[in-house]
Amino acid sequence: MSSETRVASLREFWQRGRGQANLMIGLLVTLLLVALAAVSLFWTPYPVNAIDIPAKLQPPSAAHWLGTDQFGRDVLSRIMAGARNSIAVSLVAVGIGAGIGVPLGALAAARRGWVEEVVMRFNDFTFAFPALLSAVMITALLGPGAVNSIIAIGIFNIPVFARLTRGAALSLWQRDFVLAARVAGRGRTRITLDHILPNIASLLIVQMTIQFALAILAEAGLSYLGLGTQPPDPSWGKMLNEAQTLMFLAPQLAIFPGLAIMVTVLGLNLLGDGLRDLLDPRLRRLR
Amino acid sequence: MALFLLQRLGTLLITLLVASLLVFLVMEVLPGDPAAIILGVNARADTLAALRAEMGLDRPAWERYLLWLGGLVTGDLGRSYTYGVTVWELVAERIGLSLPLALMAIVLSTVLAIPLGVLAAARRNKAADVGVMGFTQLGIAIPNFWFAILLILLFAVHWQVLPAGGFAGWDAGFWPALKTLLLPAVALALPQAAILARVTRSSVLETLGEDYVRTARAKGLSRRAALWHHAVRNALIPVVTIMGLQFSFLLAGTIIIENVFYLPGLGRLIFQAIAQRDLIVVKDLVILLAASVVVVNFLVDLLYAVLDPRLRGGGHVL
Repeated sequence: MSSETRVASLREFWQRGRGQANLMIGLLVTLLLVALAAVSLFWTPYPVNAIDIPAKLQPPSAAHWLGTDQFGRDVLSRIMAGARNSIAVSLVAVGIGAGIGVPLGALAAARRGWVEEVVMRFNDFTFAFPALLSAVMITALLGPGAVNSIIAIGIFNIPVFARLTRGAALSLWQRDFVLAARVAGRGRTRITLDHILPNIASLLIVQMTIQFALAILAEAGLSYLGLGTQPPDPSWGKMLNEAQTLMFLAPQLAIFPGLAIMVTVLGLNLLGDGLRDLLDPRLRRLR
Repeated sequence: MALFLLQRLGTLLITLLVASLLVFLVMEVLPGDPAAIILGVNARADTLAALRAEMGLDRPAWERYLLWLGGLVTGDLGRSYTYGVTVWELVAERIGLSLPLALMAIVLSTVLAIPLGVLAAARRNKAADVGVMGFTQLGIAIPNFWFAILLILLFAVHWQVLPAGGFAGWDAGFWPALKTLLLPAVALALPQAAILARVTRSSVLETLGEDYVRTARAKGLSRRAALWHHAVRNALIPVVTIMGLQFSFLLAGTIIIENVFYLPGLGRLIFQAIAQRDLIVVKDLVILLAASVVVVNFLVDLLYAVLDPRLRGGGHVL
């Protein structure tokens, strides 16, 4: 595809997508979140870990828009930094899942035979373990922390991408243009790179958005359990865990981090749904 | 049918065997000598060696694996290091909480989701549909532990009608015990209900477009009768499958929800056992949970085959 036609199709995309409410809302929320996280890299209303005991457990006010926690730390600043943490963990985890899962799935579809059998049996078998249980086990094995929760979440994204890639790739391998490439003597790897992957890219992008939302939830769950990001670094899950012990004193502390998680996941899900409608209009009929 | 059954049973056994091997290997890599953890840092070398021998830690790994596997098959799950009782006793004590909790959550989510899904499909693109779909979007996006915290804030802190956590125990009477499980069950059920309602909606929409529904309408059946007797009945087949798959999410959910409500159930036990490096308990519980997921999905497969004979695969098509 030349760069000109690429620009043209992007413009067409934008024109088609503009009318879709879910896509636009999802995109807006996601961009807002990314902006919040990016801004927190160089500016937050207060230093993220600055303790100010006299100002502890304040309700929302002009000075502290979302109030302060039990150490007098500014909740808004911590939620902003928490966004950065959530995005980083989820992005890398989904990257691991797709980075290993997609090649595995593509390999299974290209090679068939025992390679496919091994990949698919491994997939079936990961189903027997609830992902969170395994994540708890993995973080227990490696020790709590952001990096280990990335690994734990990443591992459980691998079969999702492997299964999706294999399924989509298998049907492409039967198509005429792939058969033509094979007749022309192209190798399996070449065909996978030139024909299979570009044709399933949109499917993968949609799935990545959905997995990203799930990863945000998983990260929050792990850090709520104390297995993810460690204090004093802020994370939404950990903030909720701390808020729970102060529920009678400062119930507002339990509201904002949860709201942040919910809005983020909602935005990503809407974005995923919107992208799916845009990229595969055939599915719109059923949903 | 017999062949289908045997095939599925074979896959089930292989899956469990591989699962047991993996769990064992993971536990092998886990840092920390269980004997040293029990005896503490000041233990004498000979006491440590004696305990290691008693626990079988001095034997080669493959031998310990086979012993453990044999124990699993014969029902001898071993003894917990930290609790000093057999794992069976621990499980028996806690399953009285976790099983009713899971069942309550399943019932709640089904009772909520199926009518909502059918309603949304029947009123497609109308206000009811938009409302239900909005609810499901929220239900999927809310982390269950935050929803649990909100429930506590509302019902325990604000209105003070339900307890904020803990389990009364069935000895305290049916209603008091049930009361302590109500909020956890609702927290577990919501995300499941949201997913199930979406699946029900799209499944019913699909069957509504089928010829047999049109025939039923042409035959003079009312819209409502055609919907309930023909569309919904057939639409429930994929819904049952999703319910089977959700069982695994439900189990995972109990780990976190039991922690939110300080409930002494299996989920919290496994979490604590990992923290205390009580490896026997962890190994046994993980394999028990994995087995229950596999068995539930096996049963769902069977149910599926009973509901729809076309899916019995492996048999004779002609």
